[in-house]
Amino acid sequence: MHIDIAILGAGITGSAIAFELSKYNKNVVVLEEENDVSLKTTKANSGIVHAGYDPKPGTKMARLNVEGSLLIHELYPLLNFHYEQIGSLVIGSSEKDHQIINDLYERGVQNQVRDLRILKTADEVHHLDPNLNPQIDYALYAPTAGITSPWELCLALAYTAKVNGVDFVFDCKVLDITKNGDVFDIKTSQGNYQATYVINCTGTHADEIYKMVLKDRQDESFEITPSKGEYYLLDKDQGHLVNHVIFQTPTELGKGVLVSPTVHHNLIVGPDADYEFATKDDTDNLQKGLDYVRDSAKRSTDKINFGSNIRNFAGIRATIKGFDDFFIEESKAVPHFINFAGIKSPGLSCGPAFGKEAVRMLLLSGMNLTLKTDFKYYRLPTFFSNMTLREKEESIKNDKDYGQVICRCETVTLAEIKNAMHAPLPGTTIDAIKRRTNAGMGRCQGGFCGPKIFEIIKNEFHFSYDEVYQDRKGSKIVLEETKGK
Amino acid sequence: METRDLVIIGGGPAGLAAAYGAYSDGVKDILIIERDDTLGGILNQCIHNGFGLHRFKEELTGPEYADRYIKMVRETSVEIRSNTMAIDLSDDKVVTVISSHRGLEQIRGKAVILAMGCRERSRGAISTPGARVVGIYTAGAAQKYCNIDGYLVGKRIVILGSGDIGLIMARRMTLEGAKVLADVELCPYSNGLNRNIAQCLNDYDIPLYLFYTVSDIVSDEKYNRVKQVVISKVDEKKKIIPGTEIKFDCDTLLLSVGLIPENELSNKAGIELDKRTKGPVVYDNLETDKEGIFACGNVLQVHDLVDNVSKEGERAGQNASRYLKEGEKNSALVKMNAGNGIGYVCPQFIRKDDSKDYVEIFFRVRSPMSNIRLTLSANGKEFKSIPKIKVVPSEMESIRINKSEFDSASEITLEAKEN
Repeated sequence: MHIDIAILGAGITGSAIAFELSKYNKNVVVLEEENDVSLKTTKANSGIVHAGYDPKPGTKMARLNVEGSLLIHELYPLLNFHYEQIGSLVIGSSEKDHQIINDLYERGVQNQVRDLRILKTADEVHHLDPNLNPQIDYALYAPTAGITSPWELCLALAYTAKVNGVDFVFDCKVLDITKNGDVFDIKTSQGNYQATYVINCTGTHADEIYKMVLKDRQDESFEITPSKGEYYLLDKDQGHLVNHVIFQTPTELGKGVLVSPTVHHNLIVGPDADYEFATKDDTDNLQKGLDYVRDSAKRSTDKINFGSNIRNFAGIRATIKGFDDFFIEESKAVPHFINFAGIKSPGLSCGPAFGKEAVRMLLLSGMNLTLKTDFKYYRLPTFFSNMTLREKEESIKNDKDYGQVICRCETVTLAEIKNAMHAPLPGTTIDAIKRRTNAGMGRCQGGFCGPKIFEIIKNEFHFSYDEVYQDRKGSKIVLEETKGK
Repeated sequence: METRDLVIIGGGPAGLAAAYGAYSDGVKDILIIERDDTLGGILNQCIHNGFGLHRFKEELTGPEYADRYIKMVRETSVEIRSNTMAIDLSDDKVVTVISSHRGLEQIRGKAVILAMGCRERSRGAISTPGARVVGIYTAGAAQKYCNIDGYLVGKRIVILGSGDIGLIMARRMTLEGAKVLADVELCPYSNGLNRNIAQCLNDYDIPLYLFYTVSDIVSDEKYNRVKQVVISKVDEKKKIIPGTEIKFDCDTLLLSVGLIPENELSNKAGIELDKRTKGPVVYDNLETDKEGIFACGNVLQVHDLVDNVSKEGERAGQNASRYLKEGEKNSALVKMNAGNGIGYVCPQFIRKDDSKDYVEIFFRVRSPMSNIRLTLSANGKEFKSIPKIKVVPSEMESIRINKSEFDSASEITLEAKEN
């Protein structure tokens, strides 16, 4: 089968481009090294939809951030991912902070961010967020900023792409790419593919992928120097500590850490920014990083009870050394090879705008794109825990599996787990089901529901015990049967 | 709306005992809500023995102990709804439950007993650094896989924490052919029962590293599984001392780092919780600050012995029965304080004119101590002193005091004093 466009990588960038391209009459395939979407940078970040005042005016980052955040706002009722426009505050207390906040405001205005406002007294700031430290007396208020679930947004886009004909190939590692005439030969661990266009959305590995096709012109590539950010995720008893995404005033030492409610009513605190020790796939938590996050957060509010922490994690960002923008362009050296590289923060906020940008680039590159007449949105199922009492009652009447709670912390039912196992991109691992349903996301971290979901997966797919994985292929949950079994 | 005299949330050891206690005291209209398909709660996966020495004067396994109570309750008119999850509780005692077979229901209890038990603290609760990998389980989850489902989560194992479930699992995994390389404890003393240290670690030559913690977890790159666990010595402030690392090549890390009462429903009802016990604040009749809602078992305070859970459950049942007969008692209150050396006290309040003329105070000490006096003072004046040869945090203590001993007091403080 001939592929018009091969998208490499099924993170937020690749999934968003697949989503947008699935509206057109083209053959699109997504090749992903891991066994699910969103498994790298996309699943481990702050989950913030930035308003767009931060990037330098005139950059692609600025333009796509503002466009993306508007698109997310438009899409969430259609795709039913969790999203709340709770607004953000950049808080400050010193004269110097005030100046930086004023500058950010100016930037935001230039970037055409709507409804920005500076709060000039402690009263105004604490009226919006009473638990912030008392000395905070100045803030940039961006009401259009929001929060979302990164993997849900990614899944929603990918599901829609899938039901509209985009093919996703998982466990598919790209080994080499060669351009022969007008066709790219893509050699992968799952066989060979031929495509007219290749869109490189491979995050921290985008430089390696680009170098494959550049062959002996390696010096024309960019270099990804990964940086790592570490996080705390706290239980729901801390989720109401702040009402907005709370950013600290950036300093020459870094952007500071944020404190924010999540869409599932937890509290997220982080990240630090570690360039020194980070490598491309290293998501280890370091004591140093965790301590830094904890100490820094106290500058925003000293009321966080870290005793309620339920999980730490770390995410890697694909920063391009010495380049303060996204690297989004069609290769001059290899025409029809399009890089979406250096997608770091605010990449998630841009999400759907990457799709729009890809379409614009393909049109400019001469591709003929016609819209499908039967494109349809795929709505994510509503969480049982988010339903009203009446809806819960109805759901159980229609499907008795809604009456059986599997994950007690997040109130996830058997019906939802079954839906996840039969979604357009089926969840076949414990973590894939977690991302689709929230089961195991709560305070016991899967201690109670893990063994139950293990059995459900095993039975549903007729797996043997050592074929049920936590996450990545081969990540067995149990190693052996007991003696008596 | 369905109305019942007594609704008990949870059919584990606490809930079963509460039902039995209330029934024996004359309450006939009792409903137990159980989320699992079987009664008995966590006892079902505790297949080792050592249960029931106090309550039944016999050594039973967990399932046997549960079975005793299940039979006792089955002989009564107590109704049991299993596979039924309580998803909400209001302060006026309306329980919202769901199940596949009955759908969504709201039931009003004239009295309600909370018996939801506890959960294990996970890696996040202690913020263990290192790789984000597969192969890290709470000891209880590993126990469920092993004893109920028939699977071994690992072959070469390091255990962090020396709580009882961790100790029991050290022995259990060894018997199943796994190699337990070390049990690592942050405190300078074990947090499990002495008998478990002897029977589960010493008998199998499993070393216990006191004053150590996990300082790094190394991942197998291909499968993202635990490949190595690094432990380090800690100082008096429990900070890692660099240069003291010991490395274990292993595939699994089990966590036995404490239990937390499961009070999500209590929170929904707006019940006040104690920061120390993490369970509801209760009066000496085990009633919470919401009238007619009682709490017992591990949802109230984490116990060491199921025998004590049963005792507390039966008491809660009897007290709920008395409440149903006599209504709420308004009485002057005495506040119980945990003073020097005491981790927590339960109950937190005593009603002076309750029908009982004595009260039993449960507590834990903060650290192991020997040759001490436990003193009780009323409004600052000592009125009782009990000598103790040895006390440890891992063993819950209790003191019985007569209410006449603190007649005019408004608060009582319990302290542990060195002799």
